[in-house]
Amino acid sequence: MATEPYFVIPAKPGSSTVTITFEGRKIVVPAGISVAAALLAGGVGVFRTSIVSAAPRAPFCMMGVCFECLVEIDGISGRQSCMVPVTDGMAIRRQEGSSALDVSEGAKDDV
Amino acid sequence: MTSETADLVVIGAGPAGLAAACEARELGMSVVVLDEQTAPGGQIYRNIESVTDDRQDVLGPDYVAGQELAAAFRRSGAEHCGGATVWNLTTDGVVDYIADGPKTVSGKYVLLASGAMERPFPIKGWTLPGVMGAGAAQVLLKGAGAVPAGPVTMVGSGPLLYLLAWQYMRAGVRIAVVVDTTPMTNYLRAVPKLPGALAGWPDLSKGLKLLGALRKGGVKVYRDAREVAIEGRDAAQAVTFRHRGGRIELPARLVLLHQGVVPNVQLSMSTGLDHSWDAAQHCWTPVTDEWGRMATSSLYVAGDSRGISGALASAVQGRLAALSIGQQLEKLSDLQTRAAPLRRQLKRYMAIRPFLDTLYCPREIHRVPTDDDVMVCRCEEVTAGQIRGYVKLGCLGPNQTKAFGRCGMGPCQGRFCGVTVTELIAKERKVDCAEVGHYRIRPPIKPILLRDLSAPKDEEP
Ligand code: FES
Repeated sequence: MATEPYFVIPAKPGSSTVTITFEGRKIVVPAGISVAAALLAGGVGVFRTSIVSAAPRAPFCMMGVCFECLVEIDGISGRQSCMVPVTDGMAIRRQEGSSALDVSEGAKDDV
Repeated sequence: MTSETADLVVIGAGPAGLAAACEARELGMSVVVLDEQTAPGGQIYRNIESVTDDRQDVLGPDYVAGQELAAAFRRSGAEHCGGATVWNLTTDGVVDYIADGPKTVSGKYVLLASGAMERPFPIKGWTLPGVMGAGAAQVLLKGAGAVPAGPVTMVGSGPLLYLLAWQYMRAGVRIAVVVDTTPMTNYLRAVPKLPGALAGWPDLSKGLKLLGALRKGGVKVYRDAREVAIEGRDAAQAVTFRHRGGRIELPARLVLLHQGVVPNVQLSMSTGLDHSWDAAQHCWTPVTDEWGRMATSSLYVAGDSRGISGALASAVQGRLAALSIGQQLEKLSDLQTRAAPLRRQLKRYMAIRPFLDTLYCPREIHRVPTDDDVMVCRCEEVTAGQIRGYVKLGCLGPNQTKAFGRCGMGPCQGRFCGVTVTELIAKERKVDCAEVGHYRIRPPIKPILLRDLSAPKDEEP
């Protein structure tokens, strides 16, 4: 399911790497970068599908604002992949539709 | 739950937060700095402590200048808490956050320095994979050294877009085209602001150099482009726009959008304190006194989250806020004397803003989509046409859009559609944005997992 990557991370000789998986596929990436950066350079085109129309989505802001980069990391859904650093052995899955967490609690009584 | 206290709690470790922390420490205050990123620097100086030499070369001297501030911060003795997600804040200075479990810190004063975010660019196709903010692409460059794998299409207006293009050229990235949406009429409007901007000459000449470098590099630029749309079914395939009366379509796989930045006011708004609509910058800003204090609360704001001012001005604002707080805490008695040179600096750094604000004021059609199908709330997938429909049914402001169609109720909690929804409703109702108002922001201001709020494992029996 990998696509041609949108971004590349030029390899630095001697720098350390970690191995993560996306939907079971192994991706070797530089240590210390965000999960979103790793996936974008690892040929992942679609991070999640949207809540209403199940449209494909991918990171937009890379700084924790837009929530387009949500994925499931090690079994926990709704993680902002642009804010989470990669660690060795991390298992990442695409997030289909809405996540388990409901953030709209505070907004319900607004109207 | 762990909790602690400090004279000053700073939220955000960008230029404003770091400079404020340094100043406060010099005045003998205890300081805790909370930041969502693991290392200090904010967006502008992201990764500044561990950036490699070759990447420094690509990113340029304005970025590298952040090293000094980061080093001073490390020496200052301020407590740095990275990887902290603030989810609640009270007007008397209590901050709840998550960092390896739930924590609380109470500041006698709290400085909000949560910076800026890219202004939304709501056009057809902006939700497609292959489309992202130019600021996002710059985060990838600074944080991971990642560059576009193929030719990149850059669309929009403003210093960050040109700076990134320049950085890409230095990194050997092929720029397929720059579609510049700066309206020609803005140039005329900006001319009268030029004399004032000359006090900020270094900034101005830097900007001109960037544009010159793009020209010399042979990058194809379409100027005065409008009505931009991105085509594609499951991913971006082409960008189309109007140029000199004709419609142009160019193939594009990776499209970077940018039309300036706006204050990230989620945190300050969550306190319920006053914000006002800045008609020149088309965004909300917190209402503060000259030092950055919000009303008579324990909260101060500095830097881009108070109003877009740039890295250097932000740092000075941070210092000024720290001085004012120092006076409240009786750590100094000569506030005005200490503040005077900083004030002069701030004036110099801000001199260029009216010129930039006028020149790069984004087109209305790129802020308030006229095309009904354009997605405004990306999370809950609410379109411009739907919001206009709500207004026809009597919807008066952003909070009511939530009831009509869950607009602004997705995970981003209205961060990304807030300014668009306000402007759209104002235009439809033919009233001021100030009258329309903004989303009421309630804690938790970041989605948190219940798991995070329960006690950490080692405390369990
Ligand atoms: S890409 Fe926007 S929150 Fe992660």
